[in-house]
Amino acid sequence: MKRSFKLKDLDCANCASKMECDINKLDEVNKANISFMTSKLVIDSDAEDFDAVLDKAQLICSKYEPDCKIVR
Amino acid sequence: MNAKQKRWRNRILVAIVCFVAIYAAELTGLLDQTFGERALYVEFVLFLIPFVLAGYDVLIKAAKNIAHGHGLDENFLMTVATLGAFALVFFPDSEPHMAEGAAVMLFYQVGELFQSYAVGKSRKSISDMMDIVPEFANVMRDGKLEKVDPYEVSIGDEIVVKPGERIALDGIVVDGKSQIDTSALTGESVPRSAGAGDEVISGCVNMTGSLTVRVIKEYEDSTVNRILELVENAADKKAKTENFITRFARYYTPIVVGLAVLIAFVPPLLFAGVWADWVLRGLTFLVVSCPCALVISVPLSFFGGIGGASKAGILVKGSNYLEALSKVDTVVFDKTGTLTSGTFEVTDVVPSGTFTKGEILEFAAHAEALSNHPIALSIQRAYEGRLDMKRVAQGEEISGHGAKAEVDGKIVLAGNDKLMYMHGIDYETADLVGTQVHVAVDGHYVGSVLIGDTVKADSAQAIVDLHNVGVKKTVMLTGDRKEVAEAVADSLGVDEVRSELLPEDKVDAVEKLLGAKETNGASGGLAFVGDGINDAPVLMRADVGIAMGAMGSDAAIEAADIVLMDDRPTQIASAIRVSKKTMRIVWQNIIFALGVKFAVLVLAAFGVANMWMAVFADVGVAVIAILNAMRALRINSKN
Repeated sequence: MKRSFKLKDLDCANCASKMECDINKLDEVNKANISFMTSKLVIDSDAEDFDAVLDKAQLICSKYEPDCKIVR
Repeated sequence: MNAKQKRWRNRILVAIVCFVAIYAAELTGLLDQTFGERALYVEFVLFLIPFVLAGYDVLIKAAKNIAHGHGLDENFLMTVATLGAFALVFFPDSEPHMAEGAAVMLFYQVGELFQSYAVGKSRKSISDMMDIVPEFANVMRDGKLEKVDPYEVSIGDEIVVKPGERIALDGIVVDGKSQIDTSALTGESVPRSAGAGDEVISGCVNMTGSLTVRVIKEYEDSTVNRILELVENAADKKAKTENFITRFARYYTPIVVGLAVLIAFVPPLLFAGVWADWVLRGLTFLVVSCPCALVISVPLSFFGGIGGASKAGILVKGSNYLEALSKVDTVVFDKTGTLTSGTFEVTDVVPSGTFTKGEILEFAAHAEALSNHPIALSIQRAYEGRLDMKRVAQGEEISGHGAKAEVDGKIVLAGNDKLMYMHGIDYETADLVGTQVHVAVDGHYVGSVLIGDTVKADSAQAIVDLHNVGVKKTVMLTGDRKEVAEAVADSLGVDEVRSELLPEDKVDAVEKLLGAKETNGASGGLAFVGDGINDAPVLMRADVGIAMGAMGSDAAIEAADIVLMDDRPTQIASAIRVSKKTMRIVWQNIIFALGVKFAVLVLAAFGVANMWMAVFADVGVAVIAILNAMRALRINSKN
């Protein structure tokens, strides 16, 4: 399933590409994409519990940009 | 500016005032006079005030990053560099660099704020451009008009669009007459008129009169929603240049940081260099090591290009296609629907006997009066008088052949070779034809009506434009006979023609052109332009597939890489122009940012560049690159 989320307070382009890289490394994620310009995160995952995947993604985002929130 | 940015700005302003006051006190010798020998320590503490005020968030983020175990981000680098500058005072024989440390942090924050503002601004101008979302639809329910979310409207519902409102869903006008502004979708500024029976597209603005529209597509499948999805998802498909920069950034920072460490420690340890000098040079390296200018400006340029193009009615499905388009040197057209309008029109009437052109057309029009075949319709349109059905008797349509009817008591046949052959009538074949409709009256051949696909008004200009933007070869594919195809190609200035092709031959033709390019070792790409009908395989096969006149055509939007919303072929050259401009800006930014950074690194290594230059090489360059990237958004249809 492919879902897309808005990222609030995404200010740093370099961080965005690091987040994207790390989220892609999650086992549950087939493909993740962050567009810095549209502040959008697209996650493609087959996981049953999508929220759990999002929690992990949020942890990664906060690691690079503490203010950055995934809007669900 | 949003609230967060305003607080940020105010904090920086206060810090700047503080800094200037302290710096003035130091320069005028006020501090020395007041504190004498202890002045240095007082200065140290005083400069820490604006430093912390301006940069405490940077310090906190840096500390958090170390806790998370990945240090090399810009906050960490800035913190080390500026704190290092302060710490230099503890080195023996060192000039104090506290003012520099505080100023670099200030400058960095000003740059970051500006960067954040510019990014916010460009995000907004791009989303404004995409402001085609209808917020509501007025639905007729039980005789009453209700304002509902477009998602709640289903197929077959009737919606009322008042003047000034956006058409919420694709549909067919059942009542009313109006002018429609399609500029947000197609870039075409001349309004279209719409009346009962016309199809209207969601996202357009109704201008003059109220329209009642029967909905033919759910909102999810409507044109406006598809366009939005397409442009928003465009960022998913990153261009090679974009990926290259991301990879580059991953190595650039560690390498520069490594160099910084070497520069700071190796010369003093091994060659008895002065510690303070070399550490300062190392710190300067740290300031330059952030790759932000590149990482931010490259995708921003692409996004600006895609946004600007969509304003002109050119939808690009990804940065990679924009990049590929800029390298195209061969453009292949599928004639029908691209260079020609794809609608039939009577081009000539050839008499063969005593009847005049007008009389032949009159017979043909009446004989075909009952048919609604496109060819029959084109003949009816071409006939200038009024069709008088009382003159027609026993009209019948003979499928695949033509029509037969009694007109004014005479038996009239109008149709193709097969129809004439069936009735044993000799006929003449004209030289230049698209389709020839023979006409016979009472068993005698009287002449024929020639029907062609009309060439669009700006097709020739389109070919000229393409050559002007650097396309070396234009090729036309068509199912027409060789003579016809060559005549059309000649009149348009197309370089090559492949004629008498069946639809399935077109993939082969494109394959061959691609193969020929490969054997020649040509580097440019091949773009295929089709009208999106039956040419999906070719659109996919070409390096860049362009579908045109695609408003409302799902298949075309699906298969193509670039979609031209209206059917002007000159748009192809515009699209190439946009792609070239975007790529130019991308490379300007890459070369400028890397050039400045590299120059400052070299100068710093020799002790020429100071931290001021370094911080310019970081945030200053980023801001300039962002401003440059914003140019990609501005699309001048002429330039």
